[in-house]
Amino acid sequence: MTSQPPDSAAPAVQVADLSVELGGRLILRGVDLQVRQGAVVAVLGTNGSGKSTLIRTVVGLLPAARGQVRLFGTPVPRFRQWKRIGYVPQRITAAGGVPATVYEVVSSGLLSQRRLFTPMHASGKRAVEDALQIVDMADRRKDAVAELSGGQQQRVLIARALVSDPELLVLDEPTAGVDLASQQIFADAIRDRVARGTTVVMVSHDLGPMDALIDRSVVLRRGRIVYDGPPHASQTHAHVHHSHGGDEPGWLTS
Amino acid sequence: MTMFQLEFMQRALIAGLLTGLSAPAIGTYLVQRRLSLMGDGIGHIAITGVALGLLTGTAPVFTAVIVSIAGATAIELVRARGKASGDVALALLFYGGIAGGVLLIGLAGQGAATLNTYLFGSLTTVSSSDLYVVVGLAVTVLVVAIGLGPQLFAVCQDEEFARVTGLRVQLLNLLIAVMAAVTVTVAMRTVGLLLVSALMVVPVATAQQITRSFRSTFVTACIIGVVACLAGIVTSYNANVAPGATIVVLALAGFVVAATAGTLIRRRQGRVAPLADAEPEVGVPVPEPHVVSAGHPHAHNPQCGHTKVEHDDHVDYVHDGHLHAAHGDHWDEH
Repeated sequence: MTSQPPDSAAPAVQVADLSVELGGRLILRGVDLQVRQGAVVAVLGTNGSGKSTLIRTVVGLLPAARGQVRLFGTPVPRFRQWKRIGYVPQRITAAGGVPATVYEVVSSGLLSQRRLFTPMHASGKRAVEDALQIVDMADRRKDAVAELSGGQQQRVLIARALVSDPELLVLDEPTAGVDLASQQIFADAIRDRVARGTTVVMVSHDLGPMDALIDRSVVLRRGRIVYDGPPHASQTHAHVHHSHGGDEPGWLTS
Repeated sequence: MTMFQLEFMQRALIAGLLTGLSAPAIGTYLVQRRLSLMGDGIGHIAITGVALGLLTGTAPVFTAVIVSIAGATAIELVRARGKASGDVALALLFYGGIAGGVLLIGLAGQGAATLNTYLFGSLTTVSSSDLYVVVGLAVTVLVVAIGLGPQLFAVCQDEEFARVTGLRVQLLNLLIAVMAAVTVTVAMRTVGLLLVSALMVVPVATAQQITRSFRSTFVTACIIGVVACLAGIVTSYNANVAPGATIVVLALAGFVVAATAGTLIRRRQGRVAPLADAEPEVGVPVPEPHVVSAGHPHAHNPQCGHTKVEHDDHVDYVHDGHLHAAHGDHWDEH
């Protein structure tokens, strides 16, 4: 189980002077961010502010044009311990061209620890059952994912990320288009993980029931961090034009 | 003497059995990735491979497998780069494959009859050496398709998530393309190059009508594939027509039956259990928090003389060091 890491432990996420380009446009410009282990950070900002780009670069889906991302101290291109990361993508991509059940989709969350050409371990099966329980989908395990509502599909994706017992959860708009009941289940699942020391980084423009869990928020605007600090002040700061001369480490929890 | 005692029929049936298993097996992954027509493209390219074999006097199975693997790799690389011109590049590749094949077969001094046996399958032309190659290739495809099932499933289901679990996504995508190419060669003598894609896709589409899980779709599709192949070969022998056509027509007939049955079953279930999750989707974003300017008596308008500042989709007015923006019947601090 994830125990509270010692203070000397490397930050879960370390972003230094990160610039990211998409289709020739600079989406992120010199972003610096450190997330210590055990922190719960919300990345806020309007559409197009670069928050999804930031989070997708952090998990290695997009290359950095300049600067660097480190996960647990290792630069992302060389990072191999993917079992420590749980990722919940933004769009509902749980439905492919062939039907797949809730159980099958959640099981694929265990692949980072499965060896090739070997069947799933009994402990893996138990982990899948546990993850299904957490998001309250155990009774739907044999249902096709495509037949579920948007909120239920999102719960399946959360279970898929939780099943490997990750130390860092990265959530991209976890509550977008999700019904309130699911949002609550979602928040409970995250709270449970946070209590066990899991680091959480989530992108959202609507935190909903998750609001109470956040201990720091980062606001992006046009590819730069314009606020980094306690969550509630950000709600008004997010709409003010002034930029802090100090996106400096003073604002960062480290 | 029954047809099962004829040696060429035994070989044809063994080849048919393996084709019936491996084509839907790899086809399930192609359909899941929404690349149903990939097999068709590889089939076109393989025609050039066959022609090269005939021209050089080597076994067409060998040349076909090499050329189709090269073609499949090219298709996958073009697809992975995701350029808009990729679509056109693929078309060029496919037509080049079919035209080059016909041209080379002509140069090899072979007529349309020879070409036909590769395009639509032929019972009598499976030689014993062909059969060994086919068995070897089909077993490879099945071992990969089943053994790496969880990994291939994850890649086809959600490529980005698969990357974040540390899977070698590009390698696995390439593996699927190469396995599809190998399957095309396996199926070449049974269903033929022009109809091989049908055997990859139709059994999967049929299975989907009645299944809910990936695994059951995979297994059902393989069973349907085997039944269609064996029945098609027997029919083809009796009716003396190309096996490819009978196999595909039988598979399509199966699809029609399954689609009808599936619709009826779903309709019945729908009647018994009306929409279990009729919960409303409350995904409407909460309005962004805003600060209302307290007791602001002045109504700004473009002529009021306060400095105007463009702000996203509206205009803010500078007023005593504040930014005011119209919001319904009041003014917001921006």
